[in-house]
Amino acid sequence: MVAQNLAFAVLALVAVVAALRVVTTRNVVHAALYLVAVLGSVGALYVLLAAEFLAAVQVLIYIGAIVVLFLFGIMLTRPTLGRESGLDNDQRWLAGITGLLLFGVLSYVLVEAFGGDDLPRLEGLDREALTAERGTGAVGDAIFSTYLVPFEIVSVLLLAALVGAVAMARRD
Amino acid sequence: MILAVELAYWQLLLIKVLAVMVIVPTATAVIVQTFLFKMMAHMQSRLGPMEAGPHGALQLLADGGKFLQKELLAPDRADRRVFFLAPAVVLLSTFLLFVVIPAGPNVVAEDLDIGIFFALAVSSISVLGILMAGWASANKYALMGGLRAAGQLIAYELPLVLAVVGVVIQAGELSLQGIVRAQAEGAIFGVGLIGQPFIFTQFIGFALFLVATQAELTQPPFDMPIAESELVAGYQVEYSGLQFLFFYLGEFGAAFAFSALAATMFLGGWYVPGLDVDGGLISNLVGPAVLFVKTMLVAFLIFWIRFTYPRLREDQLQTFAWKFLIPLALVNILATGVFKVVF
Repeated sequence: MVAQNLAFAVLALVAVVAALRVVTTRNVVHAALYLVAVLGSVGALYVLLAAEFLAAVQVLIYIGAIVVLFLFGIMLTRPTLGRESGLDNDQRWLAGITGLLLFGVLSYVLVEAFGGDDLPRLEGLDREALTAERGTGAVGDAIFSTYLVPFEIVSVLLLAALVGAVAMARRD
Repeated sequence: MILAVELAYWQLLLIKVLAVMVIVPTATAVIVQTFLFKMMAHMQSRLGPMEAGPHGALQLLADGGKFLQKELLAPDRADRRVFFLAPAVVLLSTFLLFVVIPAGPNVVAEDLDIGIFFALAVSSISVLGILMAGWASANKYALMGGLRAAGQLIAYELPLVLAVVGVVIQAGELSLQGIVRAQAEGAIFGVGLIGQPFIFTQFIGFALFLVATQAELTQPPFDMPIAESELVAGYQVEYSGLQFLFFYLGEFGAAFAFSALAATMFLGGWYVPGLDVDGGLISNLVGPAVLFVKTMLVAFLIFWIRFTYPRLREDQLQTFAWKFLIPLALVNILATGVFKVVF
């Protein structure tokens, strides 16, 4: 387990440092690029947890689509090289409180729900048993049987957001 | 293991990394030499490079040497760190593509459970490099090219992914090795002579995948991001020497990888009738050659289209993706799903 812990330490460090740079850098494009580092490290953490499918989704959706759209929007509207001024607003304290609150709630929920659990030992299992038990097929089965209703609700929510965005953008 | 040696994990990893690092430039060289230098020239009734080596076969060595000698330049006002990082990001995406492509029952760097999905995910990273290059160059043509590339790659990623979904439904697997197996063990109307290459059932998917690949690789007629006559060379305009070469490696290496993916998903991959699909020395030796031939066949189609059609307009490109390709892909998925359930 030493290798995993070492990998986790490196990835977590990269994620935290990059996240700090996202909010401290004086250039919006740099902020978006640091965000890529954050999301990439989180994706690597998913690989460490043997959640390959989730890691691929992370890369495809967050890095390949969302950050690219961020960059697209930034470059289309304000392609400034170098440092920029006036990037801060006066909600710094509010943001800090919200962040701490979220951290507290998440920590409490995780400790309360999984605090006593050990990670399952995977060394004894061979690759095929592992794939059958927690591979992509198992994820698909879970989404479309146990979690079908939440999945459909999220789909409808996303569709509503999409329709709303189109309606707002095309008010003519 | 096919060989009678047991290797430690790090030794295997080293071999795999080295293999991919050798295969990517070789594949790029083969693609550029065969199609870009010779086929294009002969299609246009000219000779192409003839001086270096027999029939110009060593032209790439000369070109590579030329690129290596050139100075790495960056514009005065460029964002140097992002500028020099951008080609590496594009190249990273191409290298990762080769990780999952199987060339035999054991000849694959890593047969991931998520196979084709991994390939699609890492191929989307290259957009990031292109946007970085376009912005950091401090050049309005480069920025225009980067923006065009981003718009195009986002639009054509959808038909690309959706075209693959049909194959995945039919095979019932995301793993590329599993998709090859499904085709090898399939049968056409009960006759299992040649297996069942998915091109017969997924020919719409194959056409969609080829068109979307053409656009993802920014090959003409979808080459607006680097349109020479309008944008000089788009996001590549400020790059020189090795950095410029990296973009070329990324582009044509990805062309080879996507051709190999199409060959794997629609033409049966490394399998031909007579090979043992489960393993064996013969399959592992013949498989790569079979995959290579099929890959070159698909690459020929891509470059044939490239040399034949003139460039589209930006609005035509977007309309084509959103109003034609994506609905067609959705209909294809629906039809595949219905057939899967009924039969």
